[in-house]
Amino acid sequence: MDPKAFKRWQQEVAKAKLRDAKFITASGEPVEMLATPESIKDLDYDRDLGLPGQYPFTRGVHATMYRGRLWTMRQFAGFGTPEDTNRRFKYLLENGQTGLSVAFDLPTLMGRDADDPWSEGEVGVCGVSVSSLRDMEILFDGIPLDKVSTSMTINSPAIILLAFYIAVAEKQGVKQEQLRGTVQNDILKEYIAQKEYIFPPTPSMRIIVDMIEYCTEHLPQWNTISISGYHIREAGSTALQELAFTLADGFAYIEAALERGLDIDAFAPRLSFFFNSHNDFFEEIAKFRAARRIYARRMKEKYGAKKESSWLLRFHTQTAGCTLTAQQPENNIVRVAYQALAAVLGGTQSLHTNSMDETLALPSEKAVKIALRTQQILAYETGVPHTIDPLAGSYFVENLTNKMEQGAEEYFRKIEELGGVIPAIEKGLFQREIAEAAYRYQLEIENNDRYIVGVNAFQDKDEKIEILLLQISPEVEQEQVKRLQQLKRERDNNKVQSLLKELKQAAIENRNLMPVIIEAAKAYATVGEMVNTLKEVFGEYQEPTDF
Amino acid sequence: MEKKIRVLVAKAGLDGHDRGAKVVASFFRDAGFEVIYSGLRQTPQMIVQTAMQEDVDVIAISILSGAHMTVFPKILKLMKENKMNDILLTGGGIMSDDDIEKLQAMGTGRLFGPGSSLKEAVEYIRYWYENKGAKGE
Repeated sequence: MDPKAFKRWQQEVAKAKLRDAKFITASGEPVEMLATPESIKDLDYDRDLGLPGQYPFTRGVHATMYRGRLWTMRQFAGFGTPEDTNRRFKYLLENGQTGLSVAFDLPTLMGRDADDPWSEGEVGVCGVSVSSLRDMEILFDGIPLDKVSTSMTINSPAIILLAFYIAVAEKQGVKQEQLRGTVQNDILKEYIAQKEYIFPPTPSMRIIVDMIEYCTEHLPQWNTISISGYHIREAGSTALQELAFTLADGFAYIEAALERGLDIDAFAPRLSFFFNSHNDFFEEIAKFRAARRIYARRMKEKYGAKKESSWLLRFHTQTAGCTLTAQQPENNIVRVAYQALAAVLGGTQSLHTNSMDETLALPSEKAVKIALRTQQILAYETGVPHTIDPLAGSYFVENLTNKMEQGAEEYFRKIEELGGVIPAIEKGLFQREIAEAAYRYQLEIENNDRYIVGVNAFQDKDEKIEILLLQISPEVEQEQVKRLQQLKRERDNNKVQSLLKELKQAAIENRNLMPVIIEAAKAYATVGEMVNTLKEVFGEYQEPTDF
Repeated sequence: MEKKIRVLVAKAGLDGHDRGAKVVASFFRDAGFEVIYSGLRQTPQMIVQTAMQEDVDVIAISILSGAHMTVFPKILKLMKENKMNDILLTGGGIMSDDDIEKLQAMGTGRLFGPGSSLKEAVEYIRYWYENKGAKGE
C-alpha cells in the first residue's frame, strides 16, 4: 500500500463530515472504517486459512462445500398434538425440505407429562406434546426413519426422547445403526441461557456421557450433542460470547467423555454445533469462520485427536429469532434473508430460516413456506453457493475472524481461572455477562443509539398487525390428557413399575442408563415417570435469582 | 423522602426465557423502583404469596410461553380472593393484540407486547402509582 496515498485518505477523512451514528457492531464492538493489508499483516495463509476440507478448516469442512451438496434446509416445527405436527412434517417434506426438526412443548422439555399440574395451559403451545412412546408413534407415522434425518430439540430429558425414537424405528423395522439425526442434548447452555434444566450439572453430565457412550457403539450416524450457541445469543450475549461460551461447553463435554475413558476419535466425529445468525453481517461470518479454526486447533493440539473428522466443527444455523419485530412483520423476511446469507457465507451445514410472524406465535403455514423459499432462492438464484468461502482474504473479514479467535481465547482463560465451565456456571459468570450484554443492547435501542426499523425508526403510525396467527386450541391439552390416561389403563403397569425400579437402581449404581430407558420406553413408561424416578436419585437444580 | 415504588418482576409457568425479565428488572431498578425478582418457575399462587409478603405495589409478569391466557386470569382471581385491590397487575411478553385486549378487559393493567419501550412501561407505572389514591408516603 502506498503510504502517501494512505496518508492522503486519512487527511480527507479527518476533514470530512460523517453521519451522526455509532459505528459499532451488533455486539457493541467498534468497526474499522477501512481495512487494509495492514489489518492482516500477520496472517499466514497455510497456517491460518488453509484449503477447504483441510486443517485448520477456516474455509470450510468439505473440499467441495456447496458444489458437492447444498446445506440441509431444516425448518424447526412442532405444535399441538402429535397428529398436528405429523401433518406439518409431511407438508414440509412435500415442499422440498430435506430434514426434520422437532420442537417439543415446554412440559416435554421440562420432563413433565401432559396431565402434570405444572403443564396446565402449556400443552402443545410452544411445540408438540409428547408424553410417551404412543405420542412418538403418531408423530412419525408414515415417515420412514431410515430415509429422513431428524433433529430433536430436547435437552434435560434427551435420553428419554432418543429412546422413544429408537423404539419407533424398531417398530418400522429400522435398525439403530441406520438412524441419522441429532439430539440437542446440550445441558450446559441450559444452565447458562435457556434455563430448561431439571437435574444438577454433575448428574446431567453423566447422562450425556452415557448417551455418547451408547451411541458411539450402537448409533454410529447419530449426532449425540448439538452444542448450542443459539440460545446463548438469544438470551442477549454478544457474538463473541456466543462463540466463546459455546466452544467452552463443547470442550467441557469432551473432557467429561475423556474422563469416562472414551476414545476421542471414536466420539468426537459425532459432535456437532448450532449457532445463531444475527443482524451484523460480517461479524457473524467472522464468528463462523473463527469457530472452525479454534475448534480444529484445540482438538488437534490440546486434546490430541488424530482423525481429521474429529477436528471438524460442523454446525447448524438458525437465523436470530430475537431480531424479529412484531411491528411491520413483513420486514422480517428481509432480515432473515440477510442472516441466511451470512450463515451460508460462513459455511453452515444446515439452516433454519425463521418465519416472519414468530414474534407473536408459532408460524403459520404460509410464513413457513416463505422462510423455506428464502433458502431456496439463496441456493438456486444468487450464485453464492458456486464458490467456496468467497470472503477469504478480505482484509476486514480476516481481521474480524482473528479478533474473534483472540477474544475467545481470553474467555477460555477466564473460565479456566474459575475452575472450568461448571464452577463458572455456579459462580454466575456466563449468566452475568449475558445479562449485562442484553441490558446494554436494550439501552442502545431505548436511547436511539441503535435503530430497529419499524420499532424506533420508520414506524407506521397506528399500525394494526394483520397477519394470520396459528392458534393452539385448549382442546389439544384435553386430548393429550385423555390419550395419556387411556394409555395408563391399557399398558402393563406391573412391567412399567419394575422397569422404573430398575432405572432407579441403574442411576444409583452408575450403570449406563440408555438400555433400561429404551426398555421402559417400549413398555410405555412416560417422560414424567422416568424423569421423576431420576429426580429421586439426582435431585433438582435451583439457580440463584439475582439480576 | 418519597416512598419507592415496589415492583415484583415475576416469571410464571415453565418458561425459562429470562432475558426480558432481567432487562426489565434492571431498567426498573435504574429508574428508581425497588425491584424484587421472583426467579424462574413460579405458580400464580407463589407469585401472589410473594407479592403479599413483600408488600409490593406492582406485579409485573414476564411471559413468553404462550400460557398468558391461563396465567393472568389465575393471578387476577387470587388477587381478588386476597383483596389486593390496590395492587397493579401488569406484564409483557409474546402476546397478540387480541389477547392483550381480552386480558385488559378482565382487569389486568396495561400489557406490553414485543417491541414495547421500557421508558413507556416506567412512565405507565409511575402514572398509575401517582393516581391510585392515598397510599405510602
